[in-house]
Order: sequence, then structure tokens, then C-alpha cells
Amino acid sequence: MQEQLYQFNLASIGTPPQALIVRWLWLIPAIPIVTSGVLALLKQPRQRLSAGLAIGSLSLSLLLSLIAFVHVLNYRAMMLGISQIDHYAFNTAAHETVNLSWIQVGSASVDLGWVLDPLSAVMLVMVSFVGLLIFIYSTGYMAHDENYTRFFCFLSLFAGAMLGVVISNSLLLLFMCWEIVGLTSYLLIGFWYQKPAAAAAAKKAFLTTRIGDLFFLLGIVWLFAQAGTLVLYKGGGGAIEPTALAGLLSQHAGLGLSAATAIGLLIFAGAVGKSGQFPLHVWLPDAMEGPTPVSALIHAATMVAAGVYLIARVYPLMQAGALAGGSTTALTVITWVGAFTAVFAALIAVAQDDIKRILAYSTVSQLGYMMAGLGLGGVAVGMFHLITHAFFKALLFLGAGSVIHGCHEEQDIRRMGGLRAVMPLTFATYAIGMLALCGFPLLFSGFWSKDGILEAAVKWHPSIAPFIMLVFGALLTAFYMTRQVAYVFLGKWRGDKPAHESPAVITVPLAILAFFAIALGAIGTPAWPWFRAFLDGRAVAFDMRGFAEPGLLTLMCLSTVVVFAGLGVGQELYGNKSPSPEAPDRLEQLAPHVWGWLRDRLYVDEFYAATVIAFYGWWARVSDWLDRRVWGGLVAGVTWAFGLWARLIRFLDTNVVDGSFDKGCEELNVGGGLLARLQSGRVQTYLRILALSVAALAVILIWSSRP
Amino acid sequence: MSFVFYILATLTVAGALAAVLLKNTVHCALALTVAFAGLALLFLNLDAQFAGFAQILVYIGAVAILVVFAILLTKGSDTPADGVFSRTWLAGLAIAAAVFAVLGWAVIQTANLLPNSAPTPTVSVQQIGQALVGRYVLPLEIVAVLLTAAMIGAVIIAMHEKDGAPK
Amino acid sequence: MTSQVTPLAGYLLVAALLFSIGLAGALTRRNAILVLIGIELMLNAANLNLIAFWRYGPHPEALTGMMFAIFSIAVAAAEAAVGLGLVIQIYRHAKTTDLDQMNRMKG
Repeated sequence: MQEQLYQFNLASIGTPPQALIVRWLWLIPAIPIVTSGVLALLKQPRQRLSAGLAIGSLSLSLLLSLIAFVHVLNYRAMMLGISQIDHYAFNTAAHETVNLSWIQVGSASVDLGWVLDPLSAVMLVMVSFVGLLIFIYSTGYMAHDENYTRFFCFLSLFAGAMLGVVISNSLLLLFMCWEIVGLTSYLLIGFWYQKPAAAAAAKKAFLTTRIGDLFFLLGIVWLFAQAGTLVLYKGGGGAIEPTALAGLLSQHAGLGLSAATAIGLLIFAGAVGKSGQFPLHVWLPDAMEGPTPVSALIHAATMVAAGVYLIARVYPLMQAGALAGGSTTALTVITWVGAFTAVFAALIAVAQDDIKRILAYSTVSQLGYMMAGLGLGGVAVGMFHLITHAFFKALLFLGAGSVIHGCHEEQDIRRMGGLRAVMPLTFATYAIGMLALCGFPLLFSGFWSKDGILEAAVKWHPSIAPFIMLVFGALLTAFYMTRQVAYVFLGKWRGDKPAHESPAVITVPLAILAFFAIALGAIGTPAWPWFRAFLDGRAVAFDMRGFAEPGLLTLMCLSTVVVFAGLGVGQELYGNKSPSPEAPDRLEQLAPHVWGWLRDRLYVDEFYAATVIAFYGWWARVSDWLDRRVWGGLVAGVTWAFGLWARLIRFLDTNVVDGSFDKGCEELNVGGGLLARLQSGRVQTYLRILALSVAALAVILIWSSRP
Repeated sequence: MSFVFYILATLTVAGALAAVLLKNTVHCALALTVAFAGLALLFLNLDAQFAGFAQILVYIGAVAILVVFAILLTKGSDTPADGVFSRTWLAGLAIAAAVFAVLGWAVIQTANLLPNSAPTPTVSVQQIGQALVGRYVLPLEIVAVLLTAAMIGAVIIAMHEKDGAPK
Repeated sequence: MTSQVTPLAGYLLVAALLFSIGLAGALTRRNAILVLIGIELMLNAANLNLIAFWRYGPHPEALTGMMFAIFSIAVAAAEAAVGLGLVIQIYRHAKTTDLDQMNRMKG
């Protein structure tokens, strides 16, 4: 009786009316974009106004994001409450969407829309919060730059576009915001465009990501052709909802792949470009030419994470056709690419000397971890590492910025040293970030997120190789971070001028980020996997028995050992030693050839220069020749033909038309002249003519009157 | 055709020819006078006495003298250097010949229609005078006006110009 | 031939001949006065024609031909006067009576 009553109630509830925050969700990206437009019209350098506008707008967006997050929590609580009463496990991960029809062609229509679900709520809060901290940091870091307003204009545009990527429910809208994000990345990398290196790096970033975006667009078009819509969630009719997925799975796309797999791989190609996976990673280290806040925000925390977020968004497509507990082709590819990138980048990071470049390769490596996490364990595993990484990587970059600022724009770690005493706040926060990145056990969020990935890797059926690669990557991560910290903060100062601590506007965001680098670990522990449950839409409770899963403790011990091993080797080789800048590195002394390869970034850039760029140059020359000789020749030929025709017409006009007319007039003239001779002016001539005419008339008269 | 007619005709034609062909202009005028005389005699032969005498009075007495005066006033007696005939005299001659041919042919062709003889008309001067003031009074008056006008005109035309006319 | 030529025809022929001679003189001579002489001859030839037709015509008592001829003589006199006056005036201007040189009205 009671169950019947509640089922009746459930039926009458139906879909709850859409909350205001969902309808107005579009304001979250719109406000920063509008601010960017306003800032574009301001004259430089209205520092206080532009900073105020940018920070104010992003604060508004943060506020709205928090409201959205709270709404999702409430909804989740409500659904959990109902499920507890009804003993029916609801999926609390509701996708609340608003879809608008944009273009209609016949019966097909291209829709745009936004979605609010746990995944997007979490990303919204992360992006706007980290973004706001970095905005505040930038007011101090860029205070002496004369293009202050332009900087905040681009930053606001980026923030708006990134938030747009996060809330998009339509792949088309997502792609549009994706492109704007790429544009702002280009603008910000090349912010100091007078530096040739910066301009070249911006161009490289744009072109490399473009390659990925091309495949992405192909995937979108294919998906639209097959599924008829680009909207992701549309109450059952969306492109990644079961009906459409079933259709995509049944389509065959050649090479033994189904359409779902092929489209998934194409979309992954876009993520490879944007998130700097091998082989399209080459732009990320060069992107360090941009200002440090830019590196922190875009190339560590948010934009490069967009690729990971994209895969998480279209995860149903990637996962389509998987048997229970098994993997699909798309996810396998993602896993291998991610794992390989993780190791590859970590190796190169070992031998770099620029403080930001080490962090850049570290970012590439960690993005590989995220991708592998998505492929191995699903959305929650990858996304958790994304969230934690955003905080501690932003922290590391901002800390590097503080170091650079304090060392008077020096970026070579061999010319730093002993900054622990001079910049204590920076050292403390940097150390927290570094330990989080290495995955120092228990206290730091990085440990829990990386462990989540390793746990999924251990359980991965197709192969154990990714697990081994990821463990090796963790070892390398600990090693190179120790090297970096030893060079920068330990030992003695090797620079020219003495360094100084940074002002509060720089150190306070560092402290806030450091707090989160530690605190976020709490929502991902096996004892209380709140994050995973939140994304999956399940209920969860704090339970220490979570640690009792078979193999979990072993894994935790293994990763602890690995981290300490890396820290130990690093400390042994580099701790407090501070070799002079000209002396070769300790590792270089030990293994000079390997060092050389690693330092030269394993020759990927050179390979591209020799093949792709060389081909491109050749193709450009061929096109130029074609353009000048063949098409230009055609055009010249047409021009010549026209000229010929024009000359012919002119000839006709002059000689035939004009000529005949002139001739006619001439004849008239001559005729007139001839006729004029009749008027001789002499009387006798007239008399003669008279007489002749009379005679002729007489003849005529006589003749005519003859009978 | 009587014998008188032939002589008179010959005289007239000869005078006319001379008037046209002679080089000295005064001789031409005198020959013209002969031609006028011959014509007057021809009129008399045709029983047109009044016309004949009028011819003598007017033509020979006035016109011929006038011509001579004009010749003398215009130094016409000087023979021009390049001949008295126009350069294209042959064309003029041909045209005159053509005209003569037409007229002569017209006459010859209709010669059989012309009366052979006619009674001599008896015309008295009184009749002529009466006709003049009777039937032909209008032409008379007009001719009077004409003569007056011609006289005035001739005087005006031939007058010396007041404001230093070129001599 | 002579038998065919009636008296009238003879006069007419003479008149025609005179006319032609006068015309020839008017058309070929250079001196302007001789042109006038030729014109006088033509007029006289016409007079002869008139008188001849009057004499051999149907009604000589009507005096038509004679009257015509008399008026013609009068008019011819007037015309000769005016014409010669003109020639004298032209001579004063152009210093010559050579018609070949007088082509100022040339078209």
C-alpha cells in the first residue's frame, strides 16, 4: 500500500521544473566574455579599472558556479532521499539541460545548449576558482607591464570560453568555445609579441592544436551525419544517449572499427592536440614563452585539461560496446597514448634546465596520467586527477613565477639556489605543491588521485604494461621534481643579484592553492570516495573498510616506495650540492649520451622539422609555383586574350567603324567639292548651263508631245 | 523664197557673225549695227513697217550707240593679251550648236504645217496707236514705268560713288 | 529642199541662226559687253520670230505679234541701258571686263 502510494507520488512528480540557475547557466561564460569585450575598448593602461572589471566578472561567475554546484548537491540529496525511501537506486547524476535550436535546414536542425550535471558543476567551480586566484596573482605579477588591459581582456575571454566549453551540451557549441580557447591561448602565448621566440611559440601552439582540431571537426561532422544531432543529452535523443549509441555501434567504418569507435578516436585526436599528448605535445613546452600566470592558468590547470574534460564528456561514446568490466578499442588507444606520454615527457623533464620547462613537461606527463586514468578506470578516476592536478600545478607555476620575479626574471635553475632562506613562503608553498605532484603518501591530494589511476591500471585486463609505465613515470616525477627543488631552493645562491620575496598579492594565492592541494585529497580516499560517487551519481558513506580492498594496501605501499626512491635518488645526486652553472649535471656525468638525448627532448621537434615542416615548405613552394605559373599563367593568358580582343575591337572601331564614317564624310566632302565647282562664279558658265537646259527641255517637250 | 529675202538674210547673218567673231570690240559694235539694219530691212520685208522703223530708231539709234559708249568707257578697244575667246569656247560653241540644232530641227519637222502664203496685212499707224492706248494700254503704262525705272536704275548704278570710289 | 521651205520657215531658220550666233557669242566671248551684244542679237532673233509669225499667222489684224515685238524692243532698250551701266560700274571696280576673271561668287 505504502509502496503503491510512493510510486504514485513519483509518477506525479515527473520531471521537476527547471531551476533558475539551470536556465541562467549561460551567464557563467557570458559575463567574462562581455567583460573581455568591454576591456578591449579601454585604453591602456587603466590598471585598476581593468583588473577590477576582470576580477569582478570572474567573481560573479564563481558565485554563479557555486550556486550551480549547490543546486546539484541539493538535487543529489533530494534524489538520494527519495531513493532511500523508495529503495530504488536513482542515478543522481542528472543531466539538466537547456537546448536551443540554432539553425534549421529542412527537417534537420543544429542545436546549441548547456548542461548542468555533477561533472560540469565540478569543473565550473574549479575553473572559476583557480582562474580567480590567478587573476588576483596577475595584478601583482603584470603590474609593471604596459599592456595590462590587453592582458586582462585576453584572460577574461579565455575564462569565458573555457567556462563555455565546460557547460556545452552541444558538440558544436563546445567546438566553438574550444576554438576560442585556442585563440586566446595563441594571443596569450604571444603576449610579448615583440620577442620572436614568443611569436614563433604562439604560432606553433596554434598550428599544432589545429591539427588535432581538424580531426575533432571530422569526428563532429561524422557524428552529425550518423546520429542526426550534436546535442549530447536531449532526454533520450542525444548523440551519446543509448539510442544513438546503438545506431553508431552498428555502423561499420572500415578497418574493423565501428562508427562509434572511429568517431571516438577522431574526437580523441582533438584532445591529443589540446592536451599535449604525444605526438602533438611539442607546443606545450614552447608555450612557456608566455607570462607565468598564463602558463599557470592555461597550460597547467584549465585549457590543457579541456582535452581530458572532452573525453570525460563524451565518455559514453568511448565506452560504447564495452562488455562488463572490459574495454573498448577507443579506450585502449587512449590508455596507451596516455601512458606513453606520461613516461616520455617525464624522461625529457629530467634533463631540462629552465624552471618553467620542467613544469611544462611535467604537465604533459600528468596529462598522460589523466588520459590513462580515463581509459583505465573511467570518468571519475581521470577527473579526480584533473582536479587535484589543477590546483597543485597552478600552485607550482605560480610559485615558479614568484621565484622568477624574485630572481629578477632569471629562469635557469642552475643560476638559482638557496632560496629557501630568502623566500620562505614561496618555498613552503612550492614544497607542498611538489610533494603533491610526486604523490607523497597520505597527506597530499596527488597521492590519492595518482593512486586511483594506478589502482585502475592494476586491474586493467588487456595488459599490465600501462601500470608498469605509470609506476616508472611516478619514479621519474619524484626524481626530477627533487632535482628542481634542490637546484632552486637548496644549496647556495648562484645568481648575480640577490633575490627577494614576492609581495602578498603573489604569495596569498599560493597559500590558498597550497591549502587545496592538501585538502582535496580528502574527497578521493578509498575510505570516502565522495568525488567518484558524486560523478557516478551514487550514494557514499565514510567507511574505513574501503582500504580493505584486495591489493589496495599493497599498491599504496608500492607507490610510497617508488616516491621515496625517487626523492632519495634525487637528494643523493642533487641535494644541497649546487654545482656551478657551467659544470655538467651529475646525471650527465654518469650517463652523457642518455643525458644528451633527454636534454634535446628526444629529437621530436627535429623530426617534425625534417619531415612535416620540410614537406610543408616543399608544398608551399609547389603551391607558389602553381600559383604563379599555372594559375597566374591562366590569368595572364586570359588577360592576354582580353588584350587581343580589345586590340581587335579597337582596330575594328578605328578602321571599320570610324574609317567608314570618316570615309563617308570624306566622300561627302569630295562630293560637295565637286558640286561646288558648279558654282564657278562665272556668268558664262551659268549661261551655258541655262542654254543647255533649255535645249534639253525643248527636246523633251517636243518629244513628249509627238503623237 | 524671194531673192530679196536671201540677200537680207545673208546681210543680217553676216553682220551677226562679224559682231561675234571680230577681235576689236568697236568693230563688233559696228557689225552689230549692220545686223540691226539687216533686221530692220527684214521687218520691212515682212510688211511690219512700224516695227522696222522702231527697230532703226531704238536699236541702231540708241542701243548701238550705247554699246559704243560703253566700249569706249571701259577701254574695250584694247585687245586682251590672251585672246578674246574664253578658254572653254568650244563648250559654249557646242551648246549654241545644240540649241540651233534643236530649233532648226523643230522648224524643219513642222515645216509642212506652216502656211505657204498669206495675204499682205494692211496695218496703219493709226491702228497701232489705237491699239496701244486701247487694247494694250496696260503693257504701255507698264513699259513706261519700266523705262523710268530703268533710267533711274542705270543712272544710279553707273554713278560715281561719293566717298572716293577707286578709279 | 527649197520647195519645202516655206517663207515662214525660212524666216524662222534665220531667226534660229541669229539666236544661235548670239548665244555662241554670249557664251564664248570674254568681254562682258560682247556678252550683252550677244544677248541683243538673241532678243532681235526673237523679235524676228514674232514678226514672222504675225505676218504669216491667222489674224494679222489683231496686231498681237507686232505689239509684242514693239514692247520687246522697248524693254530691250531699257535692259541694254541698265546692263551697260552695270558693266561700267563693274569695270570701275575690277578694272577689267574680262569675264573669265570675275569668279568672286565662286562656291
